[in-house]
Amino acid sequence: MTSLDLLRSDLTRRGILKGTGALVISFSAPATLAEAAIAAIAAPKPLDPTQLDSYLAIHRDGSATVFFGKIDGGQGTDVGIAQIVAEELDLPADKVAVVMGDSAKTINQGGASGSFGITWGGKPMRHAAAQARQTLLDLAAKRLDVSADKLTVTDGVVAVLDAPAKKITYGQLVGGKFFNVTMKWNGKIGNDLDVDGGAPLKKPADYKVVGTAPPRRDVKPKVFARPATYVTDIRLPGMLHARVVRPPVAGAEAKSVDESSIRSIPGARAVQKDGYIAVVAPKEWNAIRAAQQLKVDWSQPAPAFADPAQLYDTIRKAPVRKRTVEKQTGSVDQAMQGAAKVVEADYEWPFQSHASMGSACAVAEMKDGVMTVWTGSQKPHYARDGVAALLKLPPEKVRAIWLTGPGSYGRNDAGDAALEAAFLAQATGKPVRIQGMRPEGITWDTKGPASVHHAKAGLDAAGKIIAYQFESKGFSRLDLDSNESDPAYSLIGQQWGVALKPLDSFGTPDEAYDIPNQLKAWETIAPMLDRVSPLRTSHLRDPVGPQIHFASESFIDELALAAKTDPVEFRLRHLSGRDAAAVKAAAEKFGWTTRVSGPSSDSKADVVTGRGIAYAKRLGTIVVVAAEVEVDRRSGKVRTKRFAVAHDCGCVVNPALLHNTIEGNIVQATSRSLWEEVRFDKQKVTSVDWLTYPILDITEAPEKVDIVLLDHPEIPPTGAGEPSSRPVAGAIANAIFDATGVRIRRAPFRPENLKGSFA
Amino acid sequence: MTTQVRLSVDGKSHTISVDDPNMPLLYALRDELGMSNPHFGCGLAQCGACTVHVNGEPTRSCVTPLSAVTDAKIVTLAGLGTAEHPHPLQAAYVAEQVPQCGYCINGWIMTAAALLKKNPHPSDDDIRKGLTGLKCRCGTHMAIIRAVKRAAATA
Repeated sequence: MTSLDLLRSDLTRRGILKGTGALVISFSAPATLAEAAIAAIAAPKPLDPTQLDSYLAIHRDGSATVFFGKIDGGQGTDVGIAQIVAEELDLPADKVAVVMGDSAKTINQGGASGSFGITWGGKPMRHAAAQARQTLLDLAAKRLDVSADKLTVTDGVVAVLDAPAKKITYGQLVGGKFFNVTMKWNGKIGNDLDVDGGAPLKKPADYKVVGTAPPRRDVKPKVFARPATYVTDIRLPGMLHARVVRPPVAGAEAKSVDESSIRSIPGARAVQKDGYIAVVAPKEWNAIRAAQQLKVDWSQPAPAFADPAQLYDTIRKAPVRKRTVEKQTGSVDQAMQGAAKVVEADYEWPFQSHASMGSACAVAEMKDGVMTVWTGSQKPHYARDGVAALLKLPPEKVRAIWLTGPGSYGRNDAGDAALEAAFLAQATGKPVRIQGMRPEGITWDTKGPASVHHAKAGLDAAGKIIAYQFESKGFSRLDLDSNESDPAYSLIGQQWGVALKPLDSFGTPDEAYDIPNQLKAWETIAPMLDRVSPLRTSHLRDPVGPQIHFASESFIDELALAAKTDPVEFRLRHLSGRDAAAVKAAAEKFGWTTRVSGPSSDSKADVVTGRGIAYAKRLGTIVVVAAEVEVDRRSGKVRTKRFAVAHDCGCVVNPALLHNTIEGNIVQATSRSLWEEVRFDKQKVTSVDWLTYPILDITEAPEKVDIVLLDHPEIPPTGAGEPSSRPVAGAIANAIFDATGVRIRRAPFRPENLKGSFA
Repeated sequence: MTTQVRLSVDGKSHTISVDDPNMPLLYALRDELGMSNPHFGCGLAQCGACTVHVNGEPTRSCVTPLSAVTDAKIVTLAGLGTAEHPHPLQAAYVAEQVPQCGYCINGWIMTAAALLKKNPHPSDDDIRKGLTGLKCRCGTHMAIIRAVKRAAATA
């Protein structure tokens, strides 16, 4: 039996716990490809959110497996979950395997979403583990004939406190059997799901595993090129390779397809339905050639897009589709009138692409009445729902299995690939593997929205902000929802003409500045093309965080200048508690010298340096970034020399993995700040590859990123996957001002955009 | 019309049948030989995810026609080292926990391996210049530089 056969035979959720299912697990969850591979089980009971067995199993050898309804995009979320569970169970972390991302084995906990992996995803796992421990202690008490409070647990061995020779292992107690324990479920599915059986949780002061740094479980498989590590590696007997054929011009529709144009390519044929076109062939290279050669007669629609040179004016003039005031305190207008000084500024941010390392891939197979889809989607349970809706199958006849994709920073092109693979498998009656060519990942992925931001504030005579107004206007961050549970949020569904369900959402600055009179609001506008648009917008890492905080933190520096105050001192004037501590920590790590920002008057050099700082919160996490930049005033080239970061996300579960996660955020956000801008003309997106969508090169990477982790074991963790992305653009812009005296209010800070600004 | 092509990959000889002798090497490695490691990233030689060594030189297999490598010695990441006998760069990648998604890994490790062969003790600047053009979308550049330095120190 091959691993795939095992996987397929495992479709029924009712399974007997076995000690031989390691292959199954290792295939579907890279996490458990760990060196210390743990003999695991086949599947939990029918997935019932009230049942402890849906979340956790104990094996005969005393190790555990948890079934986690989220995924890990390469930041070690699964390791953090293993640590949290191990902590409550009194097991070493490497005795806890984590199965994740399989809709048949895990309850929908929302997939990767909002940096909630540990924050929300860890809660039910922790509660389940505590419940399991209590249940095990009760069982041990009966078996050892003492009361449970006389027992202690060390590495899964339960012993009597004053008679340590009397002991029994977790494996002996329930190994290979179900707990059959019901917990109180909060009735939610997705991010908010929680369960609690009432078992006490371990006190942070007693933590032994949380706060340590066990390594990632997917690094060795990746470094040593183990098979089936990525979704792209799935190969099924008789599988066809597919490539999609997207319109050459936004809004174009196929009038006819000339199938004879690919007849000379062995096995190649076109598959079409209601305007969606793909080619399939048994050989991948032949599918690629067929997609290039297929002759399609496309309609010539009117230009769909506004003149890109006028993008920001277009946004400003566009009718508002939705306005939301997120915060209103005091009276901004009144306070503004009484201000000693009023400052006002506008900022602009472009469309950005996920531009994942490879375009998305999915593999689908219809077998025995069940459609199985292997996907890199961050939200496999929702991909299952989307496939079911698209193909009109009952959801229980669809299984989505997540495997690492070529990049995962939100709702990228993976959601489209999943639905398209499933359709093609159904249409051809064969297993189908689809992968995009480069334009599918840059031209056709969902985009982070372009936006404009207007800020206005009043300072009193002492240089304190007394009135603050911040308003954003842009394309919705969720014209497509951040998951593909409804075909309305997929290219194939939109191509087929399903009713659109655009969502209107944006955001406001997240900070804790103490300002008495505030108005924070956002407005969304309609997309330029509402269906099958290469400029469709959805969640890209830290959705709308970088643009909003580029604007708001640049503006705080403009206020500091107006108050003739050092930017750190100015922020501290309005902050307290953990926020102030983080600002101080970043400034100290950076070696900040207190002075009003701006170049010294004798600085006439061509290459100048400056320093900037920015602070932001994200759903409880606090990040402060200080940057040193070098600006070549002739070429407009900005080089980020070094960063110092202070990061406070409450309890640090794994400092080493958190460090790398923050570092990745800083570098990726630097790339977004310095380079990234989706280019388009009136008819199409013209960013099609790495030359037309450049990202940061290693020669431009900072020399140093110093990171201070402000650990608060007693405060539940608040998430770290994205927050450190958001203050980076502001810190860089503030440093550019310090170096040059020129305020840059539009991103990205590309040389060609800045050239001439510093003359 | 199918043609037979002989390939030497990671020390083993293979003969494969292809419809197009100009098919890029990447598809032979992945689809004909069933390898998982060289990745399709862009198909345009712009990212490096498909990098292998051809006669010791880092080469973008996504644009290298099979006809150009029939007599060549091809080494992939899987042939560079194993968990039991890792190449110093692989060991350093594990020690530094470098990758996030890791899809770019073939480009960086194979290019850096060739760099270290020519320049066993590169400066920071040598490392950056030697690896320029490779893409990592997750932003693991700092860890990559640490790993190359670690490998140079331990090789």
